Amino acid sequence: MRALTVRATGPLALVEDLGRPGRAGIGVARSGAADRASLRLGNRAVGNDEGAAAIEVTFGGLALEVGDEGLCLCVTGAPVDVTVDGRGAGSHAVLQVAAGSRVALGTPRAGLRSYVAVRGGIDVPEVLGARSRDVMAGLGPEPLAEGDALPVGAPVGDLPGVDHLPWPDLDEPVVLRAVRGPRADWVEDVDLLTSTAWQATDRSNRVGTRLAGSSLRHSRDDQLPSEGAWRGAVQVPPSGEPVLFLADHPVTGGYPVVAVVVDEDVDRAAQVRPGQEVRFRWVGAP
Amino acid sequence: MIVHPYGDRALLVDLDDGEAALALADALRADPPAALGDLVPAARTVLLVAAEGAAVADLRAALAGVRPGERSSSGDGEEVEVPVVYDGEDLDDVASLTGLSREEVVAAHTGQTWRVAFGGFAPGFGYLVGEDDRLHVPRRQESRTRVPTGAVGLAGEYAGVYPRESPGGWQLIGRTDLAMFDLDREPAALLRPGVRVRFTDVTGTSP
Repeated sequence: MRALTVRATGPLALVEDLGRPGRAGIGVARSGAADRASLRLGNRAVGNDEGAAAIEVTFGGLALEVGDEGLCLCVTGAPVDVTVDGRGAGSHAVLQVAAGSRVALGTPRAGLRSYVAVRGGIDVPEVLGARSRDVMAGLGPEPLAEGDALPVGAPVGDLPGVDHLPWPDLDEPVVLRAVRGPRADWVEDVDLLTSTAWQATDRSNRVGTRLAGSSLRHSRDDQLPSEGAWRGAVQVPPSGEPVLFLADHPVTGGYPVVAVVVDEDVDRAAQVRPGQEVRFRWVGAP
Repeated sequence: MIVHPYGDRALLVDLDDGEAALALADALRADPPAALGDLVPAARTVLLVAAEGAAVADLRAALAGVRPGERSSSGDGEEVEVPVVYDGEDLDDVASLTGLSREEVVAAHTGQTWRVAFGGFAPGFGYLVGEDDRLHVPRRQESRTRVPTGAVGLAGEYAGVYPRESPGGWQLIGRTDLAMFDLDREPAALLRPGVRVRFTDVTGTSP
């Protein structure tokens, strides 16, 4: 059958698709791949629908054994050494892997999250309409563990006939475009956001990237009634250290959102490693 | 109504009060504009996210054409009955904060129809608004690190039921055995926006 067996997971390996739209009303966030562009790219390369489920691998280390049917796969996102039965094969390349072979990812050279897209998609059961692990809500397929068997779906489209894909632009320093947020006036000086060289802390995860480097002091003492949040929102808790929301952000939140990162740039933010420098640049709203 | 930009794909609409936010969310749900991809109602705001392929300008144009009606007090919303054992740790505090007796707190809680205004905090958690302000109380000074599944609480203008064990700062007045969120049930969440809720007092009746 078309399947993969997990032989090693690295720090964190999750099944992700493009998430669960339209469920904020019951407290369920969108979730899905943290770097959606890389998921889409990988899926297109192997002839899948863009939103097919793939494996999101945080900081490499994943090893998979192909079942008794050969598969076609492609690793995108954070560029990483990929080996098939020990032979170098490379990321951002469409690979035909034989039955029984072992596919392994090294440690990414840049970026944080790689995506293993498989022709046919990872065919685990949907949970609330998606095959996405939401780490904050604890919803969706469990994090991968050694020995897990992952069914792979039947191919739906033609292979596009592409062998190699462009690498993502992971140039440094990371500069994220941001639109002034609805509660920018709830901090004393919102321009500190763009004048500070922030550092992503190790308390960052799929919920958000936590930043250190300065303090955006609140200018008011009253409490903001809970309001809707979205991927890309820069929320400032009373500590003054902003959090940039990623895929598994809270549905609603009570701290002021002082900026919202341009949607396309949130995928880049999801590739920022702890310790790495992050800057913001104001852009106008469309 | 103030419309704030929210990045390049969304708008955050500020409304005068909770009623107006409910009414706008209702109107958008009843007749969703093509440009609307996702909708996140909250206490005084509604966040509108553009649909894939739609621009935020389309969303802005669609929003200008929305005519929120009066809040539907009866409407077609489903009604859910939630049986509660009123033995919450904060029942006495709620009584003194509201100037009511314990019995009057229970009577006020069971004697009005609540409505799910919005979700958040955890899957299956609904912020419930009632018909009057008798039970409006502040959150606890100190949050609890562990609130059990099914705890029934009050905070600000809202009532709620914890769908699973979690930290929490709401004033706890009781508990229910009714599962708020169950993935093996369709729909998984009992408290969806628009659903009306009646709490019933089953203190001392459960085995």
